[in-house]
Amino acid sequence: MSSLSVNHLLGIKYLQPSDIDLIFETADQFKEVINRPIKKVPSLRDITIANLFFENSTRTKLSFELAEKRLSADVINFSASQSSVKKGETLIDTVNNILSMKVDMVVMRHPNPGAGIFLSKHIDASIVNAGDGAHEHPTQALLDSYSIRERLGSVKGKNVVIVGDILHSRVALSNIFALQLQGANVMVCGPKTLLPKYIADLGVKVETNLKKALEWCDVANMLRVQNERMDISYFPSTREYAQQFGLTKDIMDSLSKEIVVMHPGPINRGVEITSEVADSDQSIILNQVENGVAVRMAVIYLLASKIKP
Amino acid sequence: MSQKILLNSKEVNITLHRLACQLIENHNDFSDTVLIGLQPRGTYLAHRLARMLKEDYNIKSLKLGLLDITFFRDDFRRGDKPLSANTTEINFIVEDKNVVFVDDVLYTGRSIRSALTAIQSFGRPRHIELLTLIDRRFSRHLPIQPNYRGRQVDAINEERVVVNWEENDGKDSVLLVSE
Repeated sequence: MSSLSVNHLLGIKYLQPSDIDLIFETADQFKEVINRPIKKVPSLRDITIANLFFENSTRTKLSFELAEKRLSADVINFSASQSSVKKGETLIDTVNNILSMKVDMVVMRHPNPGAGIFLSKHIDASIVNAGDGAHEHPTQALLDSYSIRERLGSVKGKNVVIVGDILHSRVALSNIFALQLQGANVMVCGPKTLLPKYIADLGVKVETNLKKALEWCDVANMLRVQNERMDISYFPSTREYAQQFGLTKDIMDSLSKEIVVMHPGPINRGVEITSEVADSDQSIILNQVENGVAVRMAVIYLLASKIKP
Repeated sequence: MSQKILLNSKEVNITLHRLACQLIENHNDFSDTVLIGLQPRGTYLAHRLARMLKEDYNIKSLKLGLLDITFFRDDFRRGDKPLSANTTEINFIVEDKNVVFVDDVLYTGRSIRSALTAIQSFGRPRHIELLTLIDRRFSRHLPIQPNYRGRQVDAINEERVVVNWEENDGKDSVLLVSE
């Protein structure tokens, strides 16, 4: 069996297509494990993992923690709001302090893009990026592709549109890289103010009309409007955004084919997607959450297998 | 590299029939017994035995599961190559059942140790037995012995026992290969 070409998961940008295949094949086995009466395997019983969250997170943190515990790793949690970071400690100092407690792997979310890459140059532990600013969120992109593969059989050749706040979204960037690596066609759709200026240079189609984008696609990944990252107004009002870019049952019914609907969460119901659509049979939002644990178990397992005892 | 034939296809067939009969002696109609083939190579033997029991010995309700032990192995991170997982297919609970592990070659016993832990994820069996086509004597690392054995073999560590199955390798045979 091959192994991952990387020692850290810092972004999809650094992966090969074969890495993604390997992660998905391993995730298939873990998905079976987490549906057993006893959902735990002892593989990582001698590995300690630190979850460092310098930014708020609910589902990603829970998902990582569950994945680690299902693999029997020892887990320590850290969130910046209750730590010495508030007292002025630097990132390297914080992490080195934690690593002196003999930690093998670090799962980190940080508001600054590239924080994981920076850290990987200064410490020995294996690093998993759980989101760094508006840069990448690799495990989310992997679980999104895994969920598409599960629903549609494969990702290759599928048309996927990412709708919404592309400018502030690490999910969008990681998804674009991941989908392209697997041979899917990618389109981004949103108000012009929320589309980065040179996004087309990544080889994606750009569309500002939601209806046209949906007619083109097999899968629509609806992103949340990240109000907390917006320092200025990018659109006149939430109501106007919802009217132009919100996915409603009316639009879904008007399409000539059935499409698959995804959302990385948390959902702003009634803004980017209505409850009717989010809870419909075409939505795989909750499958994404379940697959998130299996995919993260695969990533952690494969990275841990490269750490020598 | 030299190789010696331990069992040819006819002998494999005779051995499988004997093993099937021994299983019936102890488990009657298999109403409380399940066969668990160990991934990857034990599954060929398990499928073959299950088919034989059904078709040649008229066992009507035989439950067969496939168990992958990768995540329960004790050599994770200790080899050069990562451990690659296979599919587990156990669509029943083994609680209070008689479980028979089926594997092609018993060598160090470590796979069976892992399987004993792995099967607990599917319940608490009443009793666990081990069936193996080839038992490599004098090479055990753990106190594990088979309940049913096809053939006992004395082989040194430099030698490999290779089991070929018709459905995968074109012909049934068991070879002793020395590098």
